[in-house]
Amino acid sequence: MIEIENVRKSFGSLEVLKGINLTVQKGEVLTIIGGSGSGKSTLLTCINGLETIDAGRIVVDGTDVHAKATDLNKLRRKLGIVFQQFNAFPHLTVLENVMLAPRKVLGQSKAEAEAMAVKQLTHVGLGDKLKVYPNRMSGGQQQRMAIARALAMSPAYMLFDEVTSALDPQLVGEVLDTLRMLASEGMTMICVTHEMKFAREVSDRVAFFHKGVMAEIAPPETLFGAPKDPELQNFLAATH
Amino acid sequence: MFNYTFHWNQALKALPQLLDGALVTLQIALLSMVIGLAVAMALTLFRLSGNRILSGFTTAWVEIARNTPALFQIYMAHFGLGSFGIHLSPYTALLVGIAFNNAGYLAENFRGALKAIPETQARAGRSLGMTPLMAFRYIVMPQMLRIAFLPATNQAVWAILMTSLGVTVGMNTDLAGVTQALNAVSFRTFEFFALAAVIYYLIAKAVTLAARLAATRMFRY
Amino acid sequence: MFDTALTLADLGFLAKGAAMTLAVTAVSVLAGTVLGVIFGVVRNQAGPYWSIPLTFLLDVFRSVPLLIQLVLGNAAQSIMKLGWAPFTTSCVVLSLYTAAYCTEIVRGGISSVPLTTRRAARSLGMTWWQDMRYIVAPLATRVSLPSWIGLTLGVMKDSALVLWLGLIELLRASQILVTRLQEPLFILLICGAIYFIISFPIARLGGYLEKRWSPND
Repeated sequence: MIEIENVRKSFGSLEVLKGINLTVQKGEVLTIIGGSGSGKSTLLTCINGLETIDAGRIVVDGTDVHAKATDLNKLRRKLGIVFQQFNAFPHLTVLENVMLAPRKVLGQSKAEAEAMAVKQLTHVGLGDKLKVYPNRMSGGQQQRMAIARALAMSPAYMLFDEVTSALDPQLVGEVLDTLRMLASEGMTMICVTHEMKFAREVSDRVAFFHKGVMAEIAPPETLFGAPKDPELQNFLAATH
Repeated sequence: MFNYTFHWNQALKALPQLLDGALVTLQIALLSMVIGLAVAMALTLFRLSGNRILSGFTTAWVEIARNTPALFQIYMAHFGLGSFGIHLSPYTALLVGIAFNNAGYLAENFRGALKAIPETQARAGRSLGMTPLMAFRYIVMPQMLRIAFLPATNQAVWAILMTSLGVTVGMNTDLAGVTQALNAVSFRTFEFFALAAVIYYLIAKAVTLAARLAATRMFRY
Repeated sequence: MFDTALTLADLGFLAKGAAMTLAVTAVSVLAGTVLGVIFGVVRNQAGPYWSIPLTFLLDVFRSVPLLIQLVLGNAAQSIMKLGWAPFTTSCVVLSLYTAAYCTEIVRGGISSVPLTTRRAARSLGMTWWQDMRYIVAPLATRVSLPSWIGLTLGVMKDSALVLWLGLIELLRASQILVTRLQEPLFILLICGAIYFIISFPIARLGGYLEKRWSPND
């Protein structure tokens, strides 16, 4: 369970998160929508401790993320994250990209890490690209590799930060299909996205962020069907 | 045209001695590169440490290495350290001087290379649970070394050229030193130094070529 | 507080050495740049019959130690009975050495000017010379200047090697004082500081220009 309690965060004089309260249950798929600068991406990087917070707290399975005593490196093993930029490691093959962290962080044997990597890469449809270097692959393939790389750590939660925003339109589908597959398998996921159709299909709940505030949260049929917040109404009108 | 007879035979007869000198030259250049690379890596880590004293140390080293003559740096090793009661042999002074110079320039190469690697790379490593050091070691450093490889081979050629400065502090076993010693007894300056120049040229080209071949084997991506 | 036998006259001696360093550098960089620009244009514009031998020749100057070049230059002028003073010999050798590096910088600068820009100039009816003068030269200079500053500083530092021909420049002057006063560290530190004071501000200027004129801003 991820509990977010009254979280505030500023960059300089700009407050990007103005007291967010949110709980994500095990097995839930939550998507976060909203305009740019609404603070939705910042929240994700706060959850895995890549960013500090100014007030409030975030608790993952009983561990306070930003407490001094917390071993963030250990905590991050259960929080997989995939970014907008694919962040493929260009000097490693696809297989090596996925094996690196299990080998070095979890201390797995080569055989163990390789078996896991092959399994995850096959899962995202890259079973035939194991020995390829990332720069030989399309953006969609690189992004799927990044997903497999996160999954190879056997995380309990997956955070997706606008994972299709940097892709050419014709490559968006293959990545969304991978996310749908994960959702159907019961993975706990928080997705920040601009893909409304996708949000409507896969989410248990959808949250709308506006100017650092969570303006509305509801099951997709309610949020898209009968939006209450005027800003959300504007936002939905603009995206259609 | 000139009232001068070239005596190339005399110089060619000394070729084995010159080649022995060339080996010493190569040895010093190689050692100075190995030491230089190790020190440059340490200097780079100092710079990344966030500690002001350590990164200041790196800055000072790099700026002194880049803003004073290599020959000055060798003089410092040979004469300057004498003030501390440290008296280095010409060989050691030459090696220390060149290694100091290499380390400074290589650290600067590394800095440029690091700038070309997006910060998101280390961030991706951190989000997989790696410590900062692990992210540097397994993700950033390999990419840095690739980018810095070509400038580093230029530095290796410089190191070879710099070894010739040893003769000014009394070095007499490397290529320049042997040439100078032969010159002192034969007075066939042009012939001997022309032959030495050819050997230096061939060594420099061989090192460049070897580095290119190594690069294509090492960097497959 | 600090006990030294160094006198004001000795400092004057060092200053004279520094002046010699600057004189050798100035002459060599000036002559080397003129040659470098000519060679650079030839290397870019002339056919392979000219540019290949020229490239090879200039590469020799960059692959043979400068010290060896100085010795060879001096031996050659003596064989040819030219009777050059060490200062002349030093400047000639250093100029060719500078030209070898400068050629590459000029060539890089010229080839950084997009072909489309040059075609545009020519299609406006400009002659080859006008294209070079009004389009290529200003653009290439911008690209080349930081490297040229680096080269100038490199030549200033490398000019220390002319001490081998008997010229009393900054480093040789320091060495003479070291031998006389037996205070190697102190005197060499002054010598290094002088080099640093000349070099560092100009190096920073080069870095600043490079940043400001980087192609993607």
